[in-house]
Amino acid sequence: MTTSGLAHRVTRTGILLALMLFAVVPLLSMFTTALAAPGSTPQGLSWPSDPHWHNFVDAWSAANFVALFRSSTLIVLGVVPATVAMATAAGYALAQLNVPFGKAIYGFLLIGLTLPFEALITPLYYDLRSMGLLGTRLAIVLPLIGLLMPFGVFWMRAHFLGAEPAITEAAKVDGANTWQTFRRIHLPLATSAWSALSVLFFLASWNQYLLPLVLVDDPTKRTVAGGLGAFQGQYGTDIVLLCAGSLLIILPSLVIFLIFQRNFVKALMQGAVK
Amino acid sequence: MTDPSSVPAARQPAARRPSARRRRRWSALLWVAPAFGMYGVFVLFPMLQSVQYSFYDWDGIGPATPAGLDNWKAIFTQPELLQSVVHAFVLVLFYTVLPVGLGLVAASLIRELKPGAFSTTARVVLFVPQVLPLVAAGIAWTWMYSSDGLVNQVMRAVGLDQYTRAWLGDFTFALPAVGVIGVWVMLGFCTVLLLAGIGKIDPVLYEAARLDGAGPVREFFAVTLPGLRRELAVCTTFTIIAALASFDVVQIATQGGPGYQTMVPGVQIYRLTFLQQHVGQASALAVFLAVLVLVVIWPIQRLGREK
Repeated sequence: MTTSGLAHRVTRTGILLALMLFAVVPLLSMFTTALAAPGSTPQGLSWPSDPHWHNFVDAWSAANFVALFRSSTLIVLGVVPATVAMATAAGYALAQLNVPFGKAIYGFLLIGLTLPFEALITPLYYDLRSMGLLGTRLAIVLPLIGLLMPFGVFWMRAHFLGAEPAITEAAKVDGANTWQTFRRIHLPLATSAWSALSVLFFLASWNQYLLPLVLVDDPTKRTVAGGLGAFQGQYGTDIVLLCAGSLLIILPSLVIFLIFQRNFVKALMQGAVK
Repeated sequence: MTDPSSVPAARQPAARRPSARRRRRWSALLWVAPAFGMYGVFVLFPMLQSVQYSFYDWDGIGPATPAGLDNWKAIFTQPELLQSVVHAFVLVLFYTVLPVGLGLVAASLIRELKPGAFSTTARVVLFVPQVLPLVAAGIAWTWMYSSDGLVNQVMRAVGLDQYTRAWLGDFTFALPAVGVIGVWVMLGFCTVLLLAGIGKIDPVLYEAARLDGAGPVREFFAVTLPGLRRELAVCTTFTIIAALASFDVVQIATQGGPGYQTMVPGVQIYRLTFLQQHVGQASALAVFLAVLVLVVIWPIQRLGREK
C-alpha cells in the first residue's frame, strides 16, 4: 500500500471514530455519573473508585418505575396495533383500490405529515377536557393515533404502490375478493413494511413527551418519557440519581432498537425514500 | 335505486356491471374511513380550531372576545415572539445543515469501508441518539454543559480554564449549545439515510469518474451528490421540521432561557397556553408555525422530486 493510501485510511478511520465518540460520550458520562456516591457532584467523565450500583435500585423506586413502565406499555398497546392496522388498510386502499376522492384524501393526509404537534396541543387540551378524558391514558392514546396516522398511511401506501399488480390479477382470477386478496396475499408480503412501522410507532409513543406533559397530570399515567420529565423536575438537583433514572428509562428504547436494528434500518431506508 | 339482484342478468348485463363496480368502488372508502376519521377528529378539526382561536382573546376559562388580527400582529411586533421564530431558524443550521453535512462525510467514509463489523458498528452507534427519548438527550446534555460537566472538564484539561462556564445559562452560548444537542440527535439519521442512497448509486459511475482522473473530492461532487438528490430531500425535510418544531430538548434543557435566549415557538406556545392562559396568542403562533413549516418544506419536496 502507498503512504498516501495509508494516510487516507488513517484519516478516514480517525474521523469516523471521532463521530462515534461524539455519539456515545454523553451516554458514557451519564453512566459514570450514575455510579458515583449518592448526593455527590462528580466530574463529567470519571470512573468512580467505588461504583455505587445500588443507585439504579434507588432510582427505580424513586421514580416509581413499575408504574411508569406499566403505563407506557398500556399506552403503546393502545396506540401501535390500532394505528398500524388503520394505516395499513388505508395505505392499501389508496395504492391498490380505486377509492373515490382518493387523491383528495391522500392530499389532506399529506398536510398532516408536516404539522407540528405543538400546533395542535392547545385545541386538543380543550377538546379532551370537554370529552372528559383529560388526565386519562386515552387522552394520550387517541390523539397519538390521529397524529401518527399521516406517516403510517404514507409509509404503507409507498409499500403497496410497489406491490406487483400481476399478483392481484392472479388472485382475482382465482376468485378471491378484495378482502381475501389483501388478507391472504398482500398483508403477508408487506410484513417487513408494517413491522418496521410498528417499531417506529413504538418508539414514537414510548418517547412521546409533549402530549403526556400537557394532557395528563399524574406522572404514573404518562409515558416513560413524560415520567422522565417529571422525574427531572423532582430530582434535578441530585445529578447522580437523575443520571441513574434516565439510563433506566432509556434502556427499553435502546434494547428494542438493537434487537430490530437490522430490519428497522433497512426498512427505514427503503420506506423513507420511496 | 333498484336492487341489482332483481334485474335478470341475461337481459341487462350492461346495467348490472357498472352498478356492482360502483358499489365496490364506494366500499373502498370503508378501508380509508378509520384512518381518516381519527386523523380528522384529532388533527384536522383541532387545526381548524387553532385558526378560530387565533382571532379571539381567551383565557381558556371565561368567555372569548373577538380580537381581530391583534394576535397575528403581535407575532411580528412583540420582540419575544418574533425572536422565538428567529431562534427556530438558527436551530435549522444545527439540526439540518450540520447533520446533513457531517452525515455526507460519514456516509462517504463508511461506503469506502469493507462491509464488516466496523462499518456496522459505526452505523448503529451513530444512530443510537435518534432512538432515545429527546427528554433523555436533554438531560444527558444538560449534565454535559453544567459547571462540573464533561465540556468544562475537557476544557480545564487542555488549559482553557478561563473560558469554562455554565453553557446553558450563558446568554451568548445557550442557543448554540442547544443546537449541538440537535446535531447529536440528527447525525445518525442523516448518515444512515445517505448511506442507503450511496448504496444505490451505480458503481459504474464511480469507475467512469476514476477513469476520467477524478480524485475523491471531484468524485463526491460529480457522482455522489447528484445521486443523493432524493435522500437529501428526505433528510432536509425531516430535520427542518424537527428544528422549527423543537420542544422537548429546549423545554428540558433551558425552558427558553436564560432570558429569551433559547425561546422557540414550540415552548412559547406551551407557555402561552398553559402558564399564561393566553390561548388566542398561542393559537396564532401555532398556526403561524404550521404554515411556516409548510412554506419551507414545499420547495425542498419539489427539488427532491425532479427528474
